[in-house]
Amino acid sequence: MEFFERFAIPHPSPAIYASMVAIGITVIAIIAGLTYFKKWGYLWREWLTTVDHKRIGIMYLISALLMLFRGGVDAIMMRAQLAVPENTVLDAQHYNEVFTTHGVVMIMFMAMPFIIALMNYVVPLQIGARDVAFPRLNALSFWLFFMGAMLFNISFVIGGSPDAGWTSYFPLAGTEFSKSVGTNYYMIALQIAGLGTLMTGINFIATILKMRAPGMTLMKMPMFTWSALITNVIIVFAFPVLTVALAMGTMDRLFATNFFTSDNGGMDMLWANLFWVWGHPEVYILILPAFGIYSEVISTFARRNLYGYKSMVWSMVIISLLSFTVWVHHFYTMGQGALVNSIFSITTMAIAVPTGVKIFNWLLTLWKGKIEVTTPMLYSLLFIPIFTIGGVTGVMLGMSAADYQYHNTMFLVAHFHLVIIPGVVFAMLAGLTFYWPKMFGFMLNEKIGKISAWIIAISTLVAFMPMFISGLDGQARRMYTYSESTGFTIWNMISFVGAIGLAIGFILIVYNIYYSIRYAPRNVGSDPWNARSLEWATPSPVPEYNFAIVPNVKSSQALWDAKKHGHELFKGKIEKIHMPNNSGVPFIMASIFFIWGFSFIFAMWIPLILSTIAIFACMAYQSFEKDDGRYISVEEVKETEEKLGGTKI
Amino acid sequence: MRFKWAILFFVLTIATVLTGCEQMIVLDPKGPQAAVQARDIILSAGIMLFIVLVVFGMLIYMLVKYRASKQGDDYEPPHIEGSPLVEAIFIGIPIVIVAFLSVVSVQSNYKVEAPPEGYEAEPLVIYAASSNWKWHFSYPEEDIETLNYLYIPTDRPLEFKIYSFGTISSFWIPQLGGQKYGMADMVNTLHLAADVPGEYMGRNANFNGEGFAENTFNVKAMSQAEFDKWIEDVKNTAQPLTEEKFTELLEHGHLGQMTFTGTHLSFLPPPEGEHGGHNHGSSSTNNDHDDHDKDEEHHHH
Ligand code: HEM
Ligand SMILES: [Cu+2]
Ligand SMILES: [Cu+2]
Repeated sequence: MEFFERFAIPHPSPAIYASMVAIGITVIAIIAGLTYFKKWGYLWREWLTTVDHKRIGIMYLISALLMLFRGGVDAIMMRAQLAVPENTVLDAQHYNEVFTTHGVVMIMFMAMPFIIALMNYVVPLQIGARDVAFPRLNALSFWLFFMGAMLFNISFVIGGSPDAGWTSYFPLAGTEFSKSVGTNYYMIALQIAGLGTLMTGINFIATILKMRAPGMTLMKMPMFTWSALITNVIIVFAFPVLTVALAMGTMDRLFATNFFTSDNGGMDMLWANLFWVWGHPEVYILILPAFGIYSEVISTFARRNLYGYKSMVWSMVIISLLSFTVWVHHFYTMGQGALVNSIFSITTMAIAVPTGVKIFNWLLTLWKGKIEVTTPMLYSLLFIPIFTIGGVTGVMLGMSAADYQYHNTMFLVAHFHLVIIPGVVFAMLAGLTFYWPKMFGFMLNEKIGKISAWIIAISTLVAFMPMFISGLDGQARRMYTYSESTGFTIWNMISFVGAIGLAIGFILIVYNIYYSIRYAPRNVGSDPWNARSLEWATPSPVPEYNFAIVPNVKSSQALWDAKKHGHELFKGKIEKIHMPNNSGVPFIMASIFFIWGFSFIFAMWIPLILSTIAIFACMAYQSFEKDDGRYISVEEVKETEEKLGGTKI
Repeated sequence: MRFKWAILFFVLTIATVLTGCEQMIVLDPKGPQAAVQARDIILSAGIMLFIVLVVFGMLIYMLVKYRASKQGDDYEPPHIEGSPLVEAIFIGIPIVIVAFLSVVSVQSNYKVEAPPEGYEAEPLVIYAASSNWKWHFSYPEEDIETLNYLYIPTDRPLEFKIYSFGTISSFWIPQLGGQKYGMADMVNTLHLAADVPGEYMGRNANFNGEGFAENTFNVKAMSQAEFDKWIEDVKNTAQPLTEEKFTELLEHGHLGQMTFTGTHLSFLPPPEGEHGGHNHGSSSTNNDHDDHDKDEEHHHH
């Protein structure tokens, strides 16, 4: 019996039982549906084993959207609990689990896959490549991320969720104060997903440096590709720190080592340092691709070239360097003294300068333009003012003496949501709407799209602006309740209304997808937005090989040059194209990682050893497999191009 | 012009936030350190509001002037690479602002990390230790200890020695000054002072598990004479704090307010000096409690 007790949830409630039933029913429905429609083979051949960057991108996208809703439900639960004083919708323990999983899911399993989705889909197209440098590694990255996310998501029905905050500070996260397996889930699930991200970083650096079309020098890369390059460099430097920190945390929890304990020589501050040495660059990993998307969208719909291309690139390079020099601003209050705080205060505020350069460059891109407000453009225009509010409050937080008052309060919560939501979420929604016709061959409805953008933007302000006030009035973050006499009620009530508004906005986006699938006209052509860079030179939907003929590039707006100045993009004739074969190894290996992670979390050593062996067996199989890919013949390419109306032959 | 309405909405929201300032406790300081912080907050908020207005202004201008609907069909936007002069302005002004704020920030750092200036009296040393989810305040000179409440004299520097019996906590009395972490393996020093008698809210600001929301304490500032009288009363009426009793207190979750004579420092010394795990900074000043600072070695119990 004792064995099974480990899997019991420490704090069950009707909501959790209901979710268990819901999860069970969904799984059965999916299995039954796939069987009934005989889609198992299709699923396996076309998706689970795919190595096509575009399909991997779409799978990242679907996962990100699903996680957005998972994280969103958590958010609504939190705001509902705080809407009125002394509320009892959630108890302290549940509240702690909810805000912990909310933070982790949103950052690691929503924002990260969202940016990687767009990177996967867009970057190879934008640089005129046929795929990423290591297609199978790319598939493995996705499946590792996916299995990590799934592992994390089953925590609340098997064994209990982590409850020490998404920052998981020790010793609170140690076994002494967090007894359930929740934090094991945190350590292992993030580890598995993080390995996937690290591989993505390496893969995309290689892709961007090695696979650009002829003529595309670094300074002729479109801005989104630039942002992707810099982001991946940050990933490669930052994620190993997380890997090490998580490994040490796991050992503390499972093997009773003392890296972060409060006695036997452990140092709780070491965790905080390692976490933020990764964590601060992580926020730039999220924001830079968003900046890239905005650059593409704003210049497309201002019908103008991007203002200050060079300063855009340099500001990103500088941001990437500075992002590694500011981590201490997350714990000015740890007692490192005036000198250290002063140094980090200055580096922190310095980041505002290159960030400001970007904002002003976008504003100047609008200058003398011919601005057309489409849905992606609307998100970009709404991003500017809201992100500015988030950014300037970041500078306020950077003043370390003043931060003694903001730290750990709702003021901080307001700051980072007002940068992350317009920064990352708006950008991804803009990117989603912008690239949707390229991905699926039809447009999302513009009217519904714009209404949801307005609702989301206004709700963001309604939800988060009041937190500046309640923060300055002494409301600490992560309090599950407060009393009437504190005076926080009104501000939390307004926030709750904003949160409901956000939920409505997101539901409207789903409705838009449904509506457009049903009613939107098909065959919108390859370039529905009259855009500027190479990805719009491919037919929609994009054929597996992307470009029948490798394009020839003259500037960062290759397609625009072709359209306006008659520059010929596709010179030469069609030749047979070498493509990689699909492979089941990444999916199988990641599934074994799931079992490995689950065994590790519950300290089940025999399955752990077996799955470790199986993982190495997969690697060995992969290394000895003789697979040189295949060729698509000239006839086949011609046929496809003709069908899709692509390159004229 | 929907955009104008949107911008108006943004500006109004900010204005509401600013007018809400009056009652916010962080901006209603009752001591010198909180006053420094409140001044920094107002100053930086003002400058930042200026930046926000510049950005909003430029955005409105661009949108009003360069909307496609306002232009002829044959208008072709020009190709503009960028101009060194314009870019110099947009880099230069932020650099000046950041440089100015840096100077202010550095000065304030040294102020809040040192005993407040202009107070003649010797600092009153109070050890503030957190345990799940309580606060233990030891007054070593007075040789008394309180649980979950704090009496302090006004017009006298206060030197809090902060640490924790377990998770990381953060000691925070917003109206007297910003917070500092309490950790199990080192003692942090926070210099505060109260100018105005009154009752203030104090709490742990760093999440530490189930009882976090209620992890608060009451602070009462009073004249030195009243404070001395209170000490006298405590000495005459309170029970002594025994090791056994203290261990019992540590075990409990939430508890109410309590008062003792004697302190736990005698039998359970704080993690400083030879009992310290480590320290990593200069948060301490020249004070006889801190001579272990030069001692780089790690000692463990
Ligand atoms: C102008 C640039 C920025 C500055 C000066 C800035 C400054 C700061 C500071 C000082 C803190 C720590 C405050 C505290 O804990 O008391 C902080 C927290 C945070 N910032 Fe920013 N920030 C900036 C931009 C961003 C961006 C672009 C993002 C995200 C895309 C971001 C996301 C966050 C997050 C997630 C936290 C809170 C983490 C936590 O404690 O849970 N910030 N920021
Ligand atoms: Cu940071
Ligand atoms: Cu320390």
